[in-house]
Amino acid sequence: MLLAGRFLLPQTPQLILDSIAFERDDSLLFSGICLSLESGDVLQIEGPNGVGKTTLLRILSTALMPTAGKLLWQGSDVARHRQLYLQNIMFLGHLPGLKQSLSPTENLVWWRRIHRDHSPLKNEEILGSLGLCGYEDIPCYALSAGQQRRAVLARLLVTEASLWILDEPFTAIDKQGVADLEALLIAHARRGGMAVLSTHQDLGIANVRRFPLVASAEVV
Amino acid sequence: MGYGFAAILRRDLLLAFRNRGEIANPVIFFFIVVTLVPLGLTPEASRLAEIAPGILWVMALLASLLSVEGLFHSDYRDGTLEQLVISPQPLYLMVLAKILAHWLITGLPLTLLAPVLGMMLSLPAAGYLPLVLGLLMGTAVLSLLGAIGAGLTVALRKGGLLLSLIVMPLYMPVLIFGASAVQRSVDGFSVQGPLAVMGALLAFSLLVAPFATAGALRVSMHG
Repeated sequence: MLLAGRFLLPQTPQLILDSIAFERDDSLLFSGICLSLESGDVLQIEGPNGVGKTTLLRILSTALMPTAGKLLWQGSDVARHRQLYLQNIMFLGHLPGLKQSLSPTENLVWWRRIHRDHSPLKNEEILGSLGLCGYEDIPCYALSAGQQRRAVLARLLVTEASLWILDEPFTAIDKQGVADLEALLIAHARRGGMAVLSTHQDLGIANVRRFPLVASAEVV
Repeated sequence: MGYGFAAILRRDLLLAFRNRGEIANPVIFFFIVVTLVPLGLTPEASRLAEIAPGILWVMALLASLLSVEGLFHSDYRDGTLEQLVISPQPLYLMVLAKILAHWLITGLPLTLLAPVLGMMLSLPAAGYLPLVLGLLMGTAVLSLLGAIGAGLTVALRKGGLLLSLIVMPLYMPVLIFGASAVQRSVDGFSVQGPLAVMGALLAFSLLVAPFATAGALRVSMHG
């Protein structure tokens, strides 16, 4: 079912987090986070609720600015070369970014347009391979939570980004969906891509790196 | 460059088409309020004609203000705005597309409806052309300026009141020059001056508002 191996990623990219810290309402959420990602890495961010997993992923997506520290993409500072970085990432946040009154197909269409996606895959094929066959033209508000999540995951099949940032991607999907997503992640890593994800689930992927996020007790 | 603009414009127009009921709100508001004026004030044609330019402009402005609050709201709530902010397309162009869509579904219908309502308020014949021309440009300025306020207040839970306070001072020149163009035409003077100022306001806000709104949205997202 997986439409993997369509393209080879051109270079071996690398992401470095250099002592990232984030402060909210005068209290330090986390600090001194140093990480590096090589091509082929799948990194699972772990930690209890409220420790800042979503915040860290949003910092990675550049939707949030870290209070201190910086991100380096292939050696260049992301804050300065944001455009280059944004062309290489794919972020699925806590909120799905689906328009409820549009169908999965229409949602995929606008997303593909703003990402200038030129892959020859047809929308029906993509959605069909995610088990949304027959639901392509039904407005999202009429779909179940799991089906909506699948409609969002369809973006993973068209994106050419090498770094996937996924916030709780396994929410609301069934066993088959979990297996499909794991297979997608494996195929992506095999192509040389990277993924950072937060989940409480044990992944069925070999060589997953785990990063336990610990709360910072300091108060500034 | 233009990809994001075209994609967002098409998406927002499609969304507007799906939510036709909500979109009709400002137009219905405009229609109802202007219909009520003769009932509440006076049905006398000469007195109505006197206040018609002001009434039409004030109500069009309020109708536009009512709708601009929702410009980024649903995008913010469902996470779409986040996707736009981190997409590789320039944000200001996508913002401009959203503003254009907003104008096409509120400003343009308001402009087209205004002459009909002018007739109900027995607006003198000389007033129609400046009314339509003024509203055509003026409602676009209102959408552009309103977007800045909407971008600044999108992350606030009760941003409506603050939005009105932020954009009202910016709306005032539009109201003053718009209404005075109609009034001057009715009184037999040239309307070139006020309409030229309106055009200048449009050119200025077209240049500034997309960038200011994109900046405001980034600030709101970081909040």
